[in-house]
Amino acid sequence: MLTVILILFPLVFLLILLSIRQEKIVRQFALAASLIEFGVAVAAFIQFKTSCHCNLLFTADWLATLGVSLKFGMDGISLLMVMLTTFLIPVIILASFSHAYPKPRAFYGLVLLMEMALVGVFTAFDGLMFYIFWELALIPAYFICAVWGGNDRIRITFKFFLYTFVGSLFMLVALIYLYFRTPLPHSFDLHWLYAATLTPGEQSWIFVAFFLAFAIKIPIFPFHTWQPDTYAAAPATGSMLLAGMMLKMGIYGMIRWMVPVCHNAVQEYAPYVIALAVTGIIYASVIAIRQGDMKRLVAYSSIAHVGLIAAGVFSLTAIAMQGAIIQMISHGINIVGLFMVIDIIEKRTGTRTISELGGIAHKAPRLAIMFMIILLGSIALPLTNGFIGEFLLLLGLFEYSAVFAAIAGLTIIFSAVYMLWMYQRTMYGPPNVITENIPDLTWPEMAAFIPLVVMIFWIGLFPGLFLDVALPDVMQTLNFIR
Amino acid sequence: MNAILILIPLFPLLGFLILGLGFRAIPKKWASVIGPGTVLLSFILSLVVFFNFHDFAASPTRFFFPWLHVGPLDIPFSFLIDPLSILMLLIVTGVGFIIHVYSIGYMKDDPGFNRFFAYMNLFVFSMLLLVLGANYPIMFIGWEGVGLCSYLLIGFWFRNHEYNNAAKKAFIMNRIGDLGFLLGMFLIFNIFNSLSFDHVFAQAKSISFGNPSIVAITLLLFVGAVGKSAQIPLYTWLPDAMAGPTPVSALIHAATMVTAGVYMVARSNILYVLSPATMAIMGMTGLATALFAASIAIFQNDIKKILAYSTISQLGYMFVGLSVGAFTGAMFHLTTHAFFKALLFLCAGSVIHALGGEQDIRSMGGLRKTMPKTFWTFLIATLTIAGIPPLSGFFSKDEVLVKAFEFGHLLWLLLAIGTLMTAFYMFRMLYLVFFRDFRGSDEQKHHLHEAPSVMRIPLVILALLAAFGGLINIPALLGGNEGLSKFLAPVFADSFSIMEHETPVSNGTGWLLMSVTFVGVVAMAVWAYFRYAKGKHGLEPDDTSRSFPVRMVSNKYYIDELYDYLFVKPVLRISRFLHEIVELRFIDRIVNGVGNLVVWTGSTVRFIQTGNVGFYMFIMILGIILILFLNILI
Amino acid sequence: MAPISSIPIQYYLVFCSVLFSIGVVGVLIKRNALVILMSIELMINSINLLLAAFSAYSNDPAGQIFVFFIMVVAAAEVAIGLAIVVLIYRTTHSIDINVLNKLKW
Repeated sequence: MLTVILILFPLVFLLILLSIRQEKIVRQFALAASLIEFGVAVAAFIQFKTSCHCNLLFTADWLATLGVSLKFGMDGISLLMVMLTTFLIPVIILASFSHAYPKPRAFYGLVLLMEMALVGVFTAFDGLMFYIFWELALIPAYFICAVWGGNDRIRITFKFFLYTFVGSLFMLVALIYLYFRTPLPHSFDLHWLYAATLTPGEQSWIFVAFFLAFAIKIPIFPFHTWQPDTYAAAPATGSMLLAGMMLKMGIYGMIRWMVPVCHNAVQEYAPYVIALAVTGIIYASVIAIRQGDMKRLVAYSSIAHVGLIAAGVFSLTAIAMQGAIIQMISHGINIVGLFMVIDIIEKRTGTRTISELGGIAHKAPRLAIMFMIILLGSIALPLTNGFIGEFLLLLGLFEYSAVFAAIAGLTIIFSAVYMLWMYQRTMYGPPNVITENIPDLTWPEMAAFIPLVVMIFWIGLFPGLFLDVALPDVMQTLNFIR
Repeated sequence: MNAILILIPLFPLLGFLILGLGFRAIPKKWASVIGPGTVLLSFILSLVVFFNFHDFAASPTRFFFPWLHVGPLDIPFSFLIDPLSILMLLIVTGVGFIIHVYSIGYMKDDPGFNRFFAYMNLFVFSMLLLVLGANYPIMFIGWEGVGLCSYLLIGFWFRNHEYNNAAKKAFIMNRIGDLGFLLGMFLIFNIFNSLSFDHVFAQAKSISFGNPSIVAITLLLFVGAVGKSAQIPLYTWLPDAMAGPTPVSALIHAATMVTAGVYMVARSNILYVLSPATMAIMGMTGLATALFAASIAIFQNDIKKILAYSTISQLGYMFVGLSVGAFTGAMFHLTTHAFFKALLFLCAGSVIHALGGEQDIRSMGGLRKTMPKTFWTFLIATLTIAGIPPLSGFFSKDEVLVKAFEFGHLLWLLLAIGTLMTAFYMFRMLYLVFFRDFRGSDEQKHHLHEAPSVMRIPLVILALLAAFGGLINIPALLGGNEGLSKFLAPVFADSFSIMEHETPVSNGTGWLLMSVTFVGVVAMAVWAYFRYAKGKHGLEPDDTSRSFPVRMVSNKYYIDELYDYLFVKPVLRISRFLHEIVELRFIDRIVNGVGNLVVWTGSTVRFIQTGNVGFYMFIMILGIILILFLNILI
Repeated sequence: MAPISSIPIQYYLVFCSVLFSIGVVGVLIKRNALVILMSIELMINSINLLLAAFSAYSNDPAGQIFVFFIMVVAAAEVAIGLAIVVLIYRTTHSIDINVLNKLKW
């Protein structure tokens, strides 16, 4: 039941929110709503038992004759993703407080709609439901970016929408095809789809169709070109939603759908996918070194990071798979933090061009400290969340292939290069005209940072809690391979 | 005992948290108590551990909590207490405490006083994790942690972009090494299915000599050591790291962090003993670094850079010691080096402090009279590093040299040449700084003063340690009891039984070797005296028409420029190429091309829509007929 | 045997085909909207006739029911079609379909 509540709450709150007359309290209401949602997720987390696979399952018929049912549930992997989503949304809403977005009802309504769609994607145990929520998530993302975005937003968001949408259509085709290959009576149920009988040829093209959908969403090189532009043009909140959670849909989809359904093809094509992902890591890292715009730099760094996650997933080892899940959470936390820092700097100085900034640490030490901590997380310093993820990912990848691991490992050098470069040029050095009078973090802003910082160290110090939740389900997913 | 153990790193961490979180609120007076105080507490607890060392002999690995556990991978948060880690523990907390006290005086007027102590405490915490960790990942936490602190402290005065670049360079070069360390760990896990020292080393005993996997592991770990301990080719960050405050150079870039590589190799001694190829590479790297850095040091004019190159060179000695199986010798040298190099840096700090930030030895001179205490301690340190008996440096260096002689006479000869170079540049510096007349500005001359007592007392303590530290391991040849060797023996026992043993040198040869180097060193001291204390040498401006070899050496063999040309510039160029050509002109064009294709098709095909109803109907009927035909055909 | 059955079914088929073809040709070559509408009626009626014939020959009343349906639909269609033609005439003073080419590209 909790699962359904988790999906429906944002919708209910969304309707209430639309009926609020006073614009001023809209965002407070949105924050409260997202916090309640987070509370429900925590309750689910407490109720959750790793030993039982029937956790928090909800089933109801929808189109019974077609075998489409409203089947939602959570296993360990879903639960962690739902926790991530419900944890980040309040932080993101809190971070948006200092912006006076026009039409706040619509804005925060879309954010809540996004939350609902994301929770739906992560909890759907039915193929068609998964697809519906998958596409539903695109709608608020599109409008948030297209209405509240920056320069050239219409063209860029349109490209983003079409690109990811076309990818998703391949997935729809694959899902319908799978449906007809399920045992009679045909059904979109997750476990029926797992049981579909496929010839090697069919597996291959279903793999390709799924891969296109997920690779574009993640994005994996060379399907990434929508991403830097979109992050740059989107409003801060939009960038956080996209980078923090939406791209996790792709990786989650790989683990939940792709690996079990077309396991033979996954094994067969794994080297090629890893090669692509590893190429992407190096490619994006090298490009990030010369980016002048902070948001673009972070966007390219994100391509490198998720490339490593994808490579880990396809190494098909338990360690790397666990690493991928931890790293999804870590990446979500870190990149939201980075975008928050960039947003705050941009808001106060009017620019996010690295060469125009400098010396911010003098005037805003609290901002500098927060930035440093988040940066350390994202360059995978031990005792931060990033290290746990990257260590496991690289270790698992090493088990698969030492050469790939060695090349992918270059990311720890490159990430230090571009991140420290950005930090040094914006935070250190003498202050200039633009940064001379930059005010330090206010307490509401600190309040948005503190949960992130706590999580960075929590995952870094005691990753066991998160790893143990996901372990049985990861093993189960890998059982399809053996 | 576990509680005491966990408190050792926790105290500095606590200090860091207090000073870090309340960096603006806490008055300097408190900070100057909290900063050194936490390290002192750790030092006291370390002594407690040292004196109760026998309690740990039975179960040296102490478990605290499970850290990272995934299927076959199990990394507990646990510490290993054995003689090796206790030795490092005492050095880190002891020397660390002394340098903290010194810093109170040195950083007195700095606005970032609290921040400084916060970073220093964090450094001590990380270093303690590195030293205490009972498995490679815990060691790696410290390993990267000290790298971070090094970054933060080199760029401590962050207004200056040059300092920041030095800091960044240090971090990135360390990270290159760290990648090697990481991959080494992965391979260890692949082979041994564990990362804990006790499991890995126990299994390693039964592995055959020269096993290729072990060679690969040790080489990868050695890459980590090369980065951290500033060996060729990753040494160029250390001279630049002198941008940090001088106590930082003393603690991090001389006494502790840079020796982490040596410690790690000594810790993994059994793996290295099994891999002669790695030992050979390590020996050659160490030897090359020792000589190369020493030769650069002769022509440097920055007081701290000379010491930095000297550190690189001494680390080279330690690696040579490790490579010939003189693990105790290397650790002994590490210990004495921690004393005398820290002392040298702190003395240099006093000098710099007195001269208001001047670091060029050509603008110093005659400080013997105005700063007598600093002079005497500096003199002791110089004699120690040069290897004058009975100061500690003599014993430790001698142990490495004798082992090297057993290994090969040429190796001994080259190391002895390095020793002579060391003596030469050290005495050159001594004479240029403390002898002759003062060459700085009048303002500086007026301002000259002896360091305050809070800085002087640490100098004296360190001078005592440097002078008498050698007593812990006097060779049997000189009638000593080899205390340190016996203390450390359990750690290296397994390796010792595997190693091929060269015939030990006879007593007569031992005396001969000692006296040859001693005479050489004295000769160097005298030569330097006449050249720099009496003559006019050493005061030339940087690039006067010197001969090419000299110019080459005084420009550090142009290695920085070479790296810039070979790595930095190409990467930037590739970055630009990838972004502007591959990304924007190729990949993105393909993506946009697909969109444009659809648009183009639409705009072409729409002309079929003529608006002529008759035409539409004609097409419609044609279509119907076509369908009928197809029906018949199929 | 009912009188209708005395005529072979082939006659109906040929007759209806000819009628239908006349309708098709009329639709294709005529430019007057009214004539086109009438040609369409011709086509519909040829089909109605055929339906009725088949119905009689196979003793199944369903075909004749369909004829009624089609007649109703055709009537409705003609009503709307004529209304459109009248409106077109009012605005353009012509019922030549080649004038109606504004909706293109």
